[in-house]
Amino acid sequence: MMHAITNTRLFDPASGLDETGTILFNDESIIACGKDVKLPEGTTITDGTGLITISGLVDMQVFIGEPGEEYRETLATASQAAAAGGVTTMIMMPDTQPVIDDAALVDYISRRARGTAIVNVHPMAGITKGLDGEMMNEFGLLHEAGAVAFTDGNRSVMNARIMQKAMSYAAHFDALIMHHAIDANLVGEGVMNEGELAIRLGLAGIPVIAETIMIERDIRLVEATGARYHVAQISSRESIEIIRQAKSKGLPVTCGVSVNHLMLNQNDVENYRTFAKLMPPLRTEEDRQALIAALADGTIDVIVSGHNPQGEDAKRRPFGEAEFGSIGVETLLAAGLTLHHEIEVPLPRLIEAMSATPARLLGLKAGTLSVGHKADLALIDIDAPWIVDADSLHSRSKNAAIEGRKVQGKVMETFVAGKTVFKNND
Amino acid sequence: MTGTSEPSALEGFSGRHLLGIQGLSPLEIDYLLNLADDYVELNRRADKKNDILRGRTQINLFFESSTRTQSSFELAGKRLGADVMNMNLSASSINKGETLVDTAVTLNAMNPDLLVVRHGSSGAVNLLSQKVSCAVLNAGDGAHEHPTQALLDALTIRRAKGKLQGLRVAICGDIVHSRVARSNILLLQAMGATVNLVGPRTMLPKSFDGLGVHRFHDMKAGLEGCDIVMMLRIQNERMHGAYIPSVREYFHLYGLDYEKLKFAKEDACVMHPGPMNRGVEIDSILADDPERSLIAKQVEMGVAVRMAVLEALAKNLPNGSEDLPNGSEDLPNGSEEESV
Repeated sequence: MMHAITNTRLFDPASGLDETGTILFNDESIIACGKDVKLPEGTTITDGTGLITISGLVDMQVFIGEPGEEYRETLATASQAAAAGGVTTMIMMPDTQPVIDDAALVDYISRRARGTAIVNVHPMAGITKGLDGEMMNEFGLLHEAGAVAFTDGNRSVMNARIMQKAMSYAAHFDALIMHHAIDANLVGEGVMNEGELAIRLGLAGIPVIAETIMIERDIRLVEATGARYHVAQISSRESIEIIRQAKSKGLPVTCGVSVNHLMLNQNDVENYRTFAKLMPPLRTEEDRQALIAALADGTIDVIVSGHNPQGEDAKRRPFGEAEFGSIGVETLLAAGLTLHHEIEVPLPRLIEAMSATPARLLGLKAGTLSVGHKADLALIDIDAPWIVDADSLHSRSKNAAIEGRKVQGKVMETFVAGKTVFKNND
Repeated sequence: MTGTSEPSALEGFSGRHLLGIQGLSPLEIDYLLNLADDYVELNRRADKKNDILRGRTQINLFFESSTRTQSSFELAGKRLGADVMNMNLSASSINKGETLVDTAVTLNAMNPDLLVVRHGSSGAVNLLSQKVSCAVLNAGDGAHEHPTQALLDALTIRRAKGKLQGLRVAICGDIVHSRVARSNILLLQAMGATVNLVGPRTMLPKSFDGLGVHRFHDMKAGLEGCDIVMMLRIQNERMHGAYIPSVREYFHLYGLDYEKLKFAKEDACVMHPGPMNRGVEIDSILADDPERSLIAKQVEMGVAVRMAVLEALAKNLPNGSEDLPNGSEDLPNGSEEESV
């Protein structure tokens, strides 16, 4: 069965393609893409007039409650949210119960996802057993089972020696180490950005150095081991500078940022708003501006949602006791496009940071409209405005940090392997 | 608000809750202090009773135990004729998994009029106030605010020095963890006093500069020219290595004794919110010296200030508890007039 989207702006930063034309695909892959595409007899046609076709997004950091905390989110509900947001590949964090630190569990997740999820799901496995930072995992077996990279999720590997050995060992497999780079001791009981606002609110602060010290340590280890290293999320100006220097030395260092950190700043926690309690914490407006600039100039490689569903009971608490995290897989693209509209982050950079770049870092054949690739596509109305209303999102949890925000950019239809997994019926 | 006559800010206190000093006008503070002054006189009489709160139910909800503050609120409510119930939850339902919001909704269903709340987390009392239809009085939330402490301190100072305007007050010790310090900074500045903060760098970070205070890490410089020296309590868990190396070093550098008090004005008075760690923050003899110490006075003012606040909040309650809406969906109009 053949399917085509016609009269659409084909936008593919990975190949430099940006022209109005047709994309033809079957139940699996992209067959043709460009200005002059001949449509075989019987092709189902979607009129893409006024809409943009991009590769489906690859969200490099998604927390899912399955297995163990299905009340927060299941693979199925997360995938529905992803599909509605134009995300066709979710990279799942290993912080589940049990944690993903064993080849059998990687295999289980992959099977379970194939059975219940409507988008592609690839798990990352722990750097250390139990994600407790003590013993290195079986990178070889985990990789063969389908783990696309290694991370201890929301936990830092505090022991430099363990991290050194893990990086050294991972380098042999050319495996990517993604680190939640923040010094747990310096975080202490901190719950928001350190500074005057934290003082006024009487909340314990998380200093910027908690992040920079860990990133600097890790970069030294990269120099020593040659491992491919990715900071899951950076949050501060100072971290940008450190990453920039590492890159200028030619080290295999990359980093990500959450779209929330590009949209919000620490003032969003005023009045003890727990939905804006994130890890790393939202920092100052100057930090936010610097993050946007670093995204535009390529110092920041990847934008993630950091999708972290939390039940109402976990968020409807005094700020200090509430859980960290926000949902976001469904709003990743819209929030990103809003940045493009409001402050002119170049569209190719933006899309690439949510598709081709994470795919390349993870060794996935995704994130581009190239012929022969899987037909994972998103058809979007780049200008359509809407207001984020968590109750109408697909995630099982409703903790959206950007709840109530105006965004611009709507997913009209999402395809995974050529099949429609979401269609906007507005 | 409903049709009942409500005093404007000019003639009284307009808030539905007292969640902090933040948001109070100098006029409101003055009003509360004047009202408290009257209660000081009442409390010194043989007949200390008043029936302003007759029929009202006051619940003292303490998630952190505090014998002193709870007793002070209990006495204040009883002297005004309220039915007072103490609930000490520091070790009960909160450990059974009930959340703060559950507790609030449960209590609200019992139709209390005044809820006095202490909680270990900053912002917890604000959160609770959003879920109940009665008046909420913050008796201390985390490191955020402790408004009645600041009011009683202000009343104590005003009675000792005759004014607040133009005074210089040093607040010394573990500033970063202190809700007493925060509420006092806000109140003293609102009333035209100057605030010096003094403490070791671990307990007094730079970020306090944004609050318009003067920061010192040395008692001599910090106390110079001060009319009042307010010492803060150091919590046990912070005494040995985490924030200060030892008690003896702390007392040596920051403990208030007659020697260090000489750095302040000749007639400077000493205060402490209690309970004191004698020989840690403050020299024992100085603490008991009636010529210099206002510490016992602070306790007396505490009851009077809490009576004043309870009265002011009760005045703003909708009349007739039978008509009181039940449940957070039906909050009376005017919740946007919250004092914080």
